[in-house]
Amino acid sequence: MAKTATVKPPKKALQKRLWDQRYLFLLMLPALVWVIIICYAPMTGLYMAFTNYRPSQNGYWYDLLHAPFVGLEWFEYFFQNDFKMIMRNTLATSLLTLLFSFPAPILIAIFLNEVKNMKAKKFVQTASYLPYFISWVIASNIFLTFLSGNGVVNNLLVGLHIIDEPILFFQNGKYFWWIIAFANTWKNMGYNAIIYLAAISGIDQEQYEAAEVDGANRVQKIWHITLPAIRGTICIMLILAVGGILTTGFEQQLLMGNNAILNYSDVLDTYAYRYGLAKGMYSYGTAVGMFKSVVSFILVMCANKITAVLNDTALF
Amino acid sequence: MANTTAKTKKKPVHRQPCEWALDIIKVIFLAVITVITVYPFWNIFIVSINDPTDAVRGGLYFFPRVFSILSYKEILGRPTFIHSIGVTLARTIVGTPLALLCTSMVAYSLSRKELVGRKFWSLMFVFTMYFGGGQVPYYMVLKNIGLLDTFWVFIFPLIMSVYNMILIRSYIESMPDELFEAVKIDGGNDLVVYWKIILPLAKPILMTVALFVAINQWNSWFDAYLYTSNQDLKPMQSILVEILNQYNTGATTSAQMSNAKSGNTITPDSLRMAATMVATIPIICVYPFIQKYFVKGIMLGAVKG
Repeated sequence: MAKTATVKPPKKALQKRLWDQRYLFLLMLPALVWVIIICYAPMTGLYMAFTNYRPSQNGYWYDLLHAPFVGLEWFEYFFQNDFKMIMRNTLATSLLTLLFSFPAPILIAIFLNEVKNMKAKKFVQTASYLPYFISWVIASNIFLTFLSGNGVVNNLLVGLHIIDEPILFFQNGKYFWWIIAFANTWKNMGYNAIIYLAAISGIDQEQYEAAEVDGANRVQKIWHITLPAIRGTICIMLILAVGGILTTGFEQQLLMGNNAILNYSDVLDTYAYRYGLAKGMYSYGTAVGMFKSVVSFILVMCANKITAVLNDTALF
Repeated sequence: MANTTAKTKKKPVHRQPCEWALDIIKVIFLAVITVITVYPFWNIFIVSINDPTDAVRGGLYFFPRVFSILSYKEILGRPTFIHSIGVTLARTIVGTPLALLCTSMVAYSLSRKELVGRKFWSLMFVFTMYFGGGQVPYYMVLKNIGLLDTFWVFIFPLIMSVYNMILIRSYIESMPDELFEAVKIDGGNDLVVYWKIILPLAKPILMTVALFVAINQWNSWFDAYLYTSNQDLKPMQSILVEILNQYNTGATTSAQMSNAKSGNTITPDSLRMAATMVATIPIICVYPFIQKYFVKGIMLGAVKG
């Protein structure tokens, strides 16, 4: 894109150009202050992971520079202790999430596209992304209520004689991964369906008409026209999801989890938070967070490379 | 669009077996989706407007048995809850315009191809989407600049969002350059362009971003939980978390029952439902108005993706 070097005006001196653009920089100033304080200043804290940081009265920078250096000790400690369990929970939750949340929006989009009645279509679509707008507090509230011992789900299952005794969903850690996976899907499927609907609306209608002339039925049209046409979007969404595999929720685990199932509900983000801020092991929490940041960053970069190859245009 | 072609051709409705199957699966699937997204809200709503003591009997599925607004009276009669609604409104009303202003300003700036160091600045912002220092250092920085336990800890971190900035920037980049040049020829500077051209003409995307920011502000609680200890700064969602935690950790259902039977007409359950509805109803009310902008916004993002 940058190579559109057509008829460029002769370059003025840098100083002159900067002066001409003073208002552009003025407009950028608040955001620049924000990005430095909110994003880049905390990055200095990654050094914390290699020290034994203790806050004192002297302020953050003083503490950081005077903290005793411990090298990779915190990382070793993490890998030798809770690493296996936390990674198991993180990957289990996010792979299960992927299992549901990846196909759900595609199916919603394809089926919605088949609905002839515009009112019904609009209603279903509007309903499908309602959960996206509400907070995790309310969403967790809904799940805790519906899956409780005398909640709607248990009443339904007992009423249909599928189970004899109500299932205590939040007492058994194994259920928790499925619950979070389902909750993540429930909250985001409608939102992601819009992306696929956008892709479907971009399909040339003549293709469908031509297929109809050839005697294709609607199933064949979906299989041979719609799906291939949105294949690119599907690939991108899948790759992005894989890139974010270590990010599998935070608020939902904190709100729906409880101490009885902590060994199943704790994922990288909540673990780093619990040790870093709640328990005051600042350096340890930072080390765990850093591990996650670095691995995620590498995954996202790889994902972007792959999308770039598949799609000829990188996401960034 | 597909249906219009079907209509104009007036083909006899003759479905093949696999099309029947498709229609049946389609209807079942979409019905399930609609039920699981709408019914929870409906259920919570009817429990919240049912008499609390009666609700303990359970079996409330579709309609309230004994209508009562006791739970709402109770929750809206609590000064802490009313105050928390004020905090939520304040952070939404103050935070949204500021975020809109700050984000659109930098978006315009970065959309200008002549900007010195444009690539560098862009990368500087985009990099933060994918890499961060983590919670602990972030907390320490907020502490060091004295934002902890102030109202501004809800505002300043959210005045910018790189994702929203990219949305606005791509929108501005799609506008014709002549618009800006006309102002420049008339002697207007970039501030004039921003104020007279960008703000009015980028309204669709600005509405989308305003919506994202406002919803985010309305729904936030974790920042209040971490960065404030002052009870006066707790937003509504924080109060909801407190109510939820009481339910989640301690009291079992039987304990609540006996509590209800001992003459206490309000049960923790009903209170929780009413509080949930108070937080949800405003979103559902503005929902029809905002959703067209919302869909547009995602479409824009999707086109980029």
